Amino acid sequence: MIKQFFTAAVILILMSTTALAESIKIGFVTTLTTGAAIIGVDQKKAVDLAVEHIGGKMGSLDVKIVYEDDEFNPQKGKQKTEKLIKSGDIDIVAGYIWSHVLLASAPVVLNANKILISANAGPSPLAGKNCHKNFFNISWQNDQTPMALGEVLNQRGIKSLYILAPNYAAGKDMVAGVERTFKGKVVGKDMTTWPTQIDWSAEFTKVKSAKPEAVFTFYPGKHGAAFLKQYAQAGLSSTPLYSVYTLDSLSLPRLQQAKMTGVLGTTMTQFWSPDMDNAQNKRFVADFKKKYGSYPSFYAAQAYDSIFLIKSAVEATGGKVSDTNAMRAALEKANFPSVRGKVRFGNNHFPIQNFYSREVVVDSEGKWTTKITGVALKDHQDVYAKHCKL
Amino acid sequence: MEISFVVEQLLNGFQLGVLLFLLAAGLTLVFGIMDLVNLAHGSIYMIGAFFAATMTLALDSFILGIIIALPMTLVLGMVLEFIALRTLYSRGHMDQVLATFGLILFLNELVRIIWGPAGLAIPLPLLLDGSISLPLGIVYPTYRMFIILIGIIVAIGLYYLVSKTRLGMLIRAGASNRTMVGALGINIRLLFTAVFGLGAMLAGLAGMLIAPINQAQIGMGEDILILAFVVIVIGGIGSIRGAFIAAIVAGVIDTMGRAFLDVLLLALLPANAAEAAGPALSSMLIYFLMAVVLIFRPQGLFPARNG
Repeated sequence: MIKQFFTAAVILILMSTTALAESIKIGFVTTLTTGAAIIGVDQKKAVDLAVEHIGGKMGSLDVKIVYEDDEFNPQKGKQKTEKLIKSGDIDIVAGYIWSHVLLASAPVVLNANKILISANAGPSPLAGKNCHKNFFNISWQNDQTPMALGEVLNQRGIKSLYILAPNYAAGKDMVAGVERTFKGKVVGKDMTTWPTQIDWSAEFTKVKSAKPEAVFTFYPGKHGAAFLKQYAQAGLSSTPLYSVYTLDSLSLPRLQQAKMTGVLGTTMTQFWSPDMDNAQNKRFVADFKKKYGSYPSFYAAQAYDSIFLIKSAVEATGGKVSDTNAMRAALEKANFPSVRGKVRFGNNHFPIQNFYSREVVVDSEGKWTTKITGVALKDHQDVYAKHCKL
Repeated sequence: MEISFVVEQLLNGFQLGVLLFLLAAGLTLVFGIMDLVNLAHGSIYMIGAFFAATMTLALDSFILGIIIALPMTLVLGMVLEFIALRTLYSRGHMDQVLATFGLILFLNELVRIIWGPAGLAIPLPLLLDGSISLPLGIVYPTYRMFIILIGIIVAIGLYYLVSKTRLGMLIRAGASNRTMVGALGINIRLLFTAVFGLGAMLAGLAGMLIAPINQAQIGMGEDILILAFVVIVIGGIGSIRGAFIAAIVAGVIDTMGRAFLDVLLLALLPANAAEAAGPALSSMLIYFLMAVVLIFRPQGLFPARNG
């Protein structure tokens, strides 16, 4: 009798532990140290919030997130990605802020026949001829946002433009993007050393002497805030500044702290904005603000979306996460509520979506944020998709 | 090309130069006198910026912020020397590099724990915001002019300290023959602590001056530390005069490279190649200069040590 009872108990315990082991493990690689950590920390906050919103479950599976820090360094990013893959029990790898880190790390995941989802970086090789059946991007291709900005410049009748951007993969893509759509004349262009150069005195003096109608720039992270401060300090405030990925919910509070009123009213383009009117976005922004006390950045929005995208695929496949083919087919449908509203994937697994012009405004609580002012590109697919043979 | 453009670029070069000088002065003294390679010098620059930013935000005055942050970095430098670096004097350079690299990681993490990963931004003081007009149609940001001015005042002050005072005499003596100074009954330990504190305060000042332009940021020291090392190698290790001249030269060359190299290359290369080569080459110019100096004058332009 007692023996039978014990046997039953052991069987029960074994069953319950196997039930507990039913989980999906997502490796999330982002930047959690160095000066760029502010972006990675924002993404981590969004992922944590998303997991909270879905009750820690995707279908019947428990969600486990393993964060890894790429230290803003391609080699380190690759090492950490290898560590995730070698651990053997990671189902999906997501994250990646930086194009150069992603380009170094992607082969590690893809060669292991695992799904890789970029929650920010969208370098042109992965969108074009090096596209991969198991690679997805939930943000945008690097060129698209600046292409939208070029359109905005045309709409506003700007004839001469000065370009300032950092000299690395994404910087070159951004410049290529704006030059592709902008119809006026580029009167000057400086590509600065990345990430070491954080002073633009020489470049700003050149801008002043070139007298352009507008300046286009791209400086993500800590560089953005420094760039904007120096731009005003150099006496360039009267030259309109158009930017991509430079002014966001991460830099705006610090610019407000430093009383840089010059950025109010400046224009940028983006696929998303905290003021977008859909249920998913309202819940995301409101709860993010409640939990962390600040507006989410677009980096956070993409990270949040990536969790819901994975959830949609897990549910569609009935939790067969290890079946890469089934997962891929489910991911391709993009059947999830996105904070940006409607989105679908192109043949290269990059989103086809709208891009908006947005402006820096003061919200009802006196905080600086961004507001959508119009559509710059409608239902836009990146130009590299046609080189992708998927 | 307008003359005002050239002069403004020269001023930009000067401004970068004096900032490098403030950093290099402490580095060269510590290296020259104590024979200590201190990679953590950049961390003191960073912490100086954080001290000044915190004080500025608390007191709502940049000038007061600096006045309070300066003695704070002085004390920080002396405490660091007393606790951590003192034990490294008798070790080889490799040990010092390793230990002070560890100190960088430690201090970066400490700053992250205290101030968070976002960094601190502070506004420019109203008086120094805006631009000033000079003859020849030159318009230059007031605050950058202020940095140049402070740099020159500090350079003159240091020159006076090193060449006219008793402490300066000891510093010079320490740089050329440390054992002899000790044998003459001077308290070398105390001298070292004082010199280290002074160097730390200067590095901190550089950080404080840059804080309103960029912001106080983790890792900001590492970006500029390499340049400061280049400056002391060019100027001659242990020499304040060398550090000043080399810093100004490095600042001007770097700025001029960024300002004119792409235009020059455009005359020689197709536009695409020039655009790519310009920034790459201009960021190398200072290192070329260092290589040339090392070939012809391996001891630097103004060596302090003679034996």
